[in-house]
Amino acid sequence: MKAISPPPPADRRWFLNRLLRAGLGTLGIGALGWAFWDRRGPRPEEEIAAGDPLPDYSIPDQAKRLAVVHGAERGANVTAALAALGGMQRFIRAGDRVLLKVNAAFAAPPMLGATTHPDIVSHVARLCFQAGARQVLVTDNPINDPASCFALSGIAAAAQSAGAQVILPEARRFENYSLPHGRLIRHWPLLREPLRRVDKVIGLSPVKDHHRSGASMALKNWYGLLGGRRNIFHQEIHTIIAELALLIRPTLVILDGTQSMIRNGPTGGSLDDLKPTQTLIAGTDPVAVDAAGAALLDKTVDDLPHLRMAERLGAGTVDYRSLLVK
Amino acid sequence: MPIVITRRISQIFFFALFVWFCVVATVGERFSQLRGWPINWFLQLDPLSGLGLLLATHTIYAGLLWGVVTLGLTLFLGRWFCGWLCPFGAWQQFMGYLGKRGLPASDKIARNRPHPAQRVKYWLLAALLAAAAGDLIQWILSGVPGPSDAPPSGWLAAALQTGLLDPIALMHRTFNLFVIPLAEGRIYPGAMSIGAIFLIFTLLCLWVPRFYCRFVCPLGALLGLLGRWSIWRIGKKENRCADCRLCERDCEGACAPAGTIRVSECVLCMNCLDPCRHDLIGYRTQPSAAGQHASPDWTRRQVMACLATGVVAAPLLRLDGAAAAGWNPEVVRPPGALAEADFLARCLKCGQCMRVCPTQVIRPAGLQSGFEGLWTPMLDFRVGSSGCQHNCVACSHVCPTAALRPLSVDERLGRGAFAQTGPLRLGMAFVDRGRCLPWAMDTPCIVCQENCPVSPKAIFTREVWQPVRDGRHTVRAVAASRVVVAATLIPGRYGTGDYFCRGEDGDPMAIAANDADALIIASGAAEKMPAVGGTLEILIRLQQPYVDPARCIGCGVCEHECPVQGRRAIRVTAENESRQRNHKLILF
Repeated sequence: MKAISPPPPADRRWFLNRLLRAGLGTLGIGALGWAFWDRRGPRPEEEIAAGDPLPDYSIPDQAKRLAVVHGAERGANVTAALAALGGMQRFIRAGDRVLLKVNAAFAAPPMLGATTHPDIVSHVARLCFQAGARQVLVTDNPINDPASCFALSGIAAAAQSAGAQVILPEARRFENYSLPHGRLIRHWPLLREPLRRVDKVIGLSPVKDHHRSGASMALKNWYGLLGGRRNIFHQEIHTIIAELALLIRPTLVILDGTQSMIRNGPTGGSLDDLKPTQTLIAGTDPVAVDAAGAALLDKTVDDLPHLRMAERLGAGTVDYRSLLVK
Repeated sequence: MPIVITRRISQIFFFALFVWFCVVATVGERFSQLRGWPINWFLQLDPLSGLGLLLATHTIYAGLLWGVVTLGLTLFLGRWFCGWLCPFGAWQQFMGYLGKRGLPASDKIARNRPHPAQRVKYWLLAALLAAAAGDLIQWILSGVPGPSDAPPSGWLAAALQTGLLDPIALMHRTFNLFVIPLAEGRIYPGAMSIGAIFLIFTLLCLWVPRFYCRFVCPLGALLGLLGRWSIWRIGKKENRCADCRLCERDCEGACAPAGTIRVSECVLCMNCLDPCRHDLIGYRTQPSAAGQHASPDWTRRQVMACLATGVVAAPLLRLDGAAAAGWNPEVVRPPGALAEADFLARCLKCGQCMRVCPTQVIRPAGLQSGFEGLWTPMLDFRVGSSGCQHNCVACSHVCPTAALRPLSVDERLGRGAFAQTGPLRLGMAFVDRGRCLPWAMDTPCIVCQENCPVSPKAIFTREVWQPVRDGRHTVRAVAASRVVVAATLIPGRYGTGDYFCRGEDGDPMAIAANDADALIIASGAAEKMPAVGGTLEILIRLQQPYVDPARCIGCGVCEHECPVQGRRAIRVTAENESRQRNHKLILF
């Protein structure tokens, strides 16, 4: 034990010194308390702002257009469709940063058609770079393990070969977002970070049967930008697809029906589930593109209620014939 | 270079190598992924795994033959594995160093005095090996000529529990299920006990250096038993000594080199060599001039008691019935798992299969499959990033003991040479109609059907039109596609694309939208409008999921994706699993 030192003399200087220290300590504690004082307590979720609105990525003052091309070779189809629309330079300007939203939902090889075909990814990425794009990002929030999905679907290799960069849907890339006037997309995790980094968004989707919604095409592809327990949206699948049509106003969408998954979708798993429909549809109005794509699955607009719902919300038109380029 | 520095470099190298093998054990072709890294090498070098498996299965599986190298070297060098290679030993030695840093030499020496409890590890070894040997004893007895009415096989069971205490399995478990997942921000249910055991023994080293090695480690005990025959060993060159005990200041094994050395306790840390001012201690082929205890400090009585305990413990553990009629259907084993009794005779609980799983859907079991099954792999479709990927066989190939038998993708999918046997089934999905949204709550969903990866899908649906609650209304007026009803409706409620309406005797017509008092009938269905004054019934179109038992492989993707989060509305149980013939449920 250390010896206890005797108390110092109790003079005035000593007392003033102690008084000063006590006063400063009280002031310091008070200042700290004031700085951290929360008068109201936590607010309800609805009062918390959820995200600044997403920009419109479409080209302003450009009439909506749509091109349908036929052929068995995906690269040639992409080239032909974009030529019909006036070339990639109509959509991508020098220095643009472009996001390719692919459908990489499942860890399945490309030949099974459950994911965007890697040829589409590499071709579109190259066309973007040729049009002067500075950077091309590729992303999706798949259903199966993300890294496996991008690897097995061949999308990662295709992106790499074209010089594009795959963005995996890590938790830090999501932000809570509320769609203005939306009913379902309220305070919902959105894969926002890659969207913040780009000027243009291009959707690349396969044509797939979907037992719940009728089809998974260009609009359903935006589902892969949602995070969280998005499965509950299946209760109102058509409403959520219509809201997604409002959420993302893309620069361009490309619907690849070179092979279409006509049954057992959206997972497929067998070559028997595919049909060589040899069609590729590209356009600036995703509602019209999906309306045109319905026929590939032997469906009509009436079989896909979300298309008319999206049209009523002002996201596009189901009358795709009016947009066809000659 | 002093021998102690060499030893430290060796320990650091092997510790780093061990951590590296744990880190790279993920599916992929990058340098930092599985590729060809021998991630099981430490488990294979560990002769306790090999010996346990030899007793339990009468075979030494594949790379476990490496254990022979360890045993052979031990016969020459002593417990080099403990002092120079074992990553848990190195970790404990480091913690022990932290614990005694700055203490006076006398306190350090006191910490390294031999303790009677050091014999406990030999007891544990005897009991663990005896528990694994039940089947071998049975096998030998069945070959002995004698009365032909010998009891049927099964009353002597083999229970391989060496993995509970084996330091290499313990380290793998700790890194695979506790350290790395924590670093990655994931949690395995049941990993708390695994982490707690590691941390407890880590902290105990601050008090007694190498606590686990000295008192618990059955692998150390096994090598200690062999050490009595080792050619080289630590000992005094002459039996004269100032009795300063400085050689025991940092003695890791607590083997008393200053006095009569306990050879079986010496871990070859070599810390006794340099402190001796008279250079009396050496690592030599001669026994110590001061005499030595070659064998552990245990009695024949204790050994017999421990062996008997082990032999009896195995069938006793089986009495919980988890490997027999009382099997727990919640325990779905990874693909390639052997039938439960054979599986338990091999599983080391090392967690390699859980680490390598690309969707991290394998978790360590708690007591779901009995005490024997503690920390063994089971699928938990609420954890991980998906269900069990049906074209993946990674876990079956990393299993060091073939508790998960190596599968080919063809065998798993039932194609090629396996087309006749059909796909491997882990279990079967059952819809819980009391929780499923379309079944119990008239709410569309079928996420399970969407995600079923089998082609054709094992989950199919049947369409029904259910009348909605309070959905019968009198028709007031009909104008074009607009039907006005005598009721107040919530605007937009029936405009989701899933609602239909039906007159007295008509087919359901799709509703496109509704406002406060009228329904808008979708085009294409508006040809048979209801009559004014008649009754209109609002229906919801539901697709109710069914499981096709002939197609379901029990991968659990449906259970993982089910939006009913707490207790899923579709769940996979081990019913119909391929590995256990007597769990077969469906004939085709």
